[in-house]
Amino acid sequence: MSELIRLRKGLNIKIAGKAEKILLPEVSVTRYGVRFADFPGLTAKLEVKEGSLVKAGSVLFHDKAFPEIKYVSPVSGEVKEIVRGDKRLLTEIVIEQQGSEKIDFGAADPLKLSREEVTEKIMNSGLWPLLRQRPYHIVARPGRVPKAIFISAFDTAPLAPDIDFILANTRGGHMQAGINALSRLTDGKIHISFDNEGSRVGEMKNLKGVEFHYFKGPHPAGNVGVQIHHIDAVSKGEVVWTVDIQDVVALGRLFETGFHDRERIIALTGTGALHRKYHRTRPGASVSAILKGNLKDDHQRVISGNVLTGKKISPDGSLGFYDNMVTVLPEGDYSEFFGWASPGFTKFSYWRAFISKLIPKKEYDLDTNIHGGRRAFVVTGHYENVLPMDIYPVHLIKAILAEDIDLMENLGIYEVAEEDFALCEYIDPSKSEIQELIRHGINLMIKEMN
Amino acid sequence: MNFLLKKIKELEPKFEKGGRYEKLYSVFNGFATFLFVPDTVTAKGSHIRDYMDMKRTMTIVIIALMPALIFGSYNVGLQHSRAFGISDWTVMHMFGFGFLKVLPLIIVSYVVGLGIEFISAQIRGHEINEGYLVTGMLIPLIMPVDVPLWMLAVSVAFAVIIGKEVFGGTGMNILNPALTARAFLFFSYPKWMTGDKVWIEGLVKGGALDGFSGATPLSMAKLDNFALMPSPHDMFVGTIPGSVGETSVIAILIGAFILIVTGVGSWRIMLSMTLGALGMGLLLNATGGNEYTQIPAYYHLIMGGFAFGTVFMATDPVTAAQTNTGKYIYGALTGIMVILIRVFNPAYPEGTMLAILLMNVFAPLIDHYVVNANIKRRLRRVKTT
Repeated sequence: MSELIRLRKGLNIKIAGKAEKILLPEVSVTRYGVRFADFPGLTAKLEVKEGSLVKAGSVLFHDKAFPEIKYVSPVSGEVKEIVRGDKRLLTEIVIEQQGSEKIDFGAADPLKLSREEVTEKIMNSGLWPLLRQRPYHIVARPGRVPKAIFISAFDTAPLAPDIDFILANTRGGHMQAGINALSRLTDGKIHISFDNEGSRVGEMKNLKGVEFHYFKGPHPAGNVGVQIHHIDAVSKGEVVWTVDIQDVVALGRLFETGFHDRERIIALTGTGALHRKYHRTRPGASVSAILKGNLKDDHQRVISGNVLTGKKISPDGSLGFYDNMVTVLPEGDYSEFFGWASPGFTKFSYWRAFISKLIPKKEYDLDTNIHGGRRAFVVTGHYENVLPMDIYPVHLIKAILAEDIDLMENLGIYEVAEEDFALCEYIDPSKSEIQELIRHGINLMIKEMN
Repeated sequence: MNFLLKKIKELEPKFEKGGRYEKLYSVFNGFATFLFVPDTVTAKGSHIRDYMDMKRTMTIVIIALMPALIFGSYNVGLQHSRAFGISDWTVMHMFGFGFLKVLPLIIVSYVVGLGIEFISAQIRGHEINEGYLVTGMLIPLIMPVDVPLWMLAVSVAFAVIIGKEVFGGTGMNILNPALTARAFLFFSYPKWMTGDKVWIEGLVKGGALDGFSGATPLSMAKLDNFALMPSPHDMFVGTIPGSVGETSVIAILIGAFILIVTGVGSWRIMLSMTLGALGMGLLLNATGGNEYTQIPAYYHLIMGGFAFGTVFMATDPVTAAQTNTGKYIYGALTGIMVILIRVFNPAYPEGTMLAILLMNVFAPLIDHYVVNANIKRRLRRVKTT
């Protein structure tokens, strides 16, 4: 139907620690958390206090700028702690699960509802934050109708879970209802991208109301931003929305059952974890249950998300709002004698400056050492090799450093998210913090445009 | 190595802020990180980072320069023995003699240059940049072997301070620092950078064989002494007078291979610059003008500093064009300029240095147009939809 889009640029990092394709049953967790850092640019207004009792679907806080965007509790229980960091900045709301009361938002067929009714239902149920927009890669702002909605049905990030395996084990068959709901929100198309034609499994085979696309190439081909760029790029003044594939199911579940239920399957990966398998859980759940007795030693870093874009959490921290994996990686705080001069038999690298390029292994043990020191940008011509977009990464980065709004706009800031630049950051011999810079640039744009 | 690491950890507080030797922190850090890749872990963004760092990047360039240095040392001895009629030297003699002549140049270049780098790193509160490790090796290789050491020291200081640090240090400079050093000498002390005597050790002091000329192929060509030029074979192998590292195209090609394979040097610039020069040479062959235009076009590629400049100078990522399309344009224009300066400029026999410096200045402009094309593509998308 749709032609195969081949991407040559990018890099698959051959890191060891994939999860076995075995799904473990849900382990009961009582600690849940909603982390504010998962929503860049959000100013939250709390609606609960420590000690408040909540149900699954009760509002915890809302967006100060858009009060109709509500963030709700994933489970019923008691608000145990509202954690604040520097300058009393909100960090996390911790909920102790008790019972299983949930708010019924009412089942309904989205195709029989108006756009306003669908919007309202999603907002009330607290599922609106599942919709994210480009430009800016933030929670979709209400009031704008997106020109299209994009869904990536594969993940190419290092150690990423197999989405086909996840979808084959997802309960309920709510995908079509989710698509139907989304179709009410846009006048344009809903695009779903696969990594090859054979990978449409289960419900995907007969999905209606969507346009299928097929990509072939290394990471970041699975990034929805890269897919948008090649299918229908975002230009100035346009807005598109993106949804995680498992969250389409959650949307469908809302309309078919009436409940806020984001049950999802995640992979536990990374060489720091002893048993790496798939788990049924939900966003916000503490990872302590799946990590219990499962860490190699206590010198590991637990990451919610993948090694390129994930967030560091404590071993009892909560699964990020949008994450589909947990990675455990050995901390790399060791000093290597003449490391920069070693031939590098066991060092995976993008660069052909290591013996490992001549005698490649299948997988490499990687850790969190930075492998060098911070320097000015010197090397050129390589960042673009890992960014499959018609964008000049270094020039965009320099425009951000100069805080030149017009230039950032002209060089494509509307099309990118920090995750698209993660590989540029990974290969950078100058060890710059490129993802943080990109987010800084996006924040500058948001400020300028308001 | 654990005792060494322990010692370093022990000493570190003394060099940190408030410590007794805080003014030497950059130097200390430079040496400590030279011995041990630090134990820093990722704090923001990507949790894993590539093993490649600036030290390794620069080390690769230095390794790529080794063939040119080794052959250059040998050639210094060879040229000396020819000029003074010494017939009983073995290859090792020639290399040993030459290396002892080149070594002081390297030492002066590193001591002066790194000294300034250390001081400016301390002032800026940065870690020491490894860029000078390459520049410091390039400079001796593009000097005549007989250049007085004090002149070398002055030119290095000029290049590092005026050519690099005033612009903000490594990564910010507009002109290639090594070529800046050479250009400084070229214009300040032309007697020591041109002519027939400076290229061979000892010739300035006199005592050479009667009738021996130390002229380089370029200066012969400039004076229309085409008949006296060495054979293409000699020019390719490099057994001719010239700057220390520039004579052997073979040695430089080995370096080019290392740079291209590792991806550290841009093949785009090397290729387009070679094609630009060759194309311009062929064009001149066809159109004529003066006698110089009639030498085989490929001679230009193996004479003088063209090969060295193409592989090691024009490709400097900081001063070259930074976009891939820009690199083709920059390279080709540099190649063309080299030939134009060589053939039509009455004063300077060599055009490589000036062509690269000139194009260094224009590189940002080239990039500007390339990036603008990208911007236009993006804007056109808005108009058509």
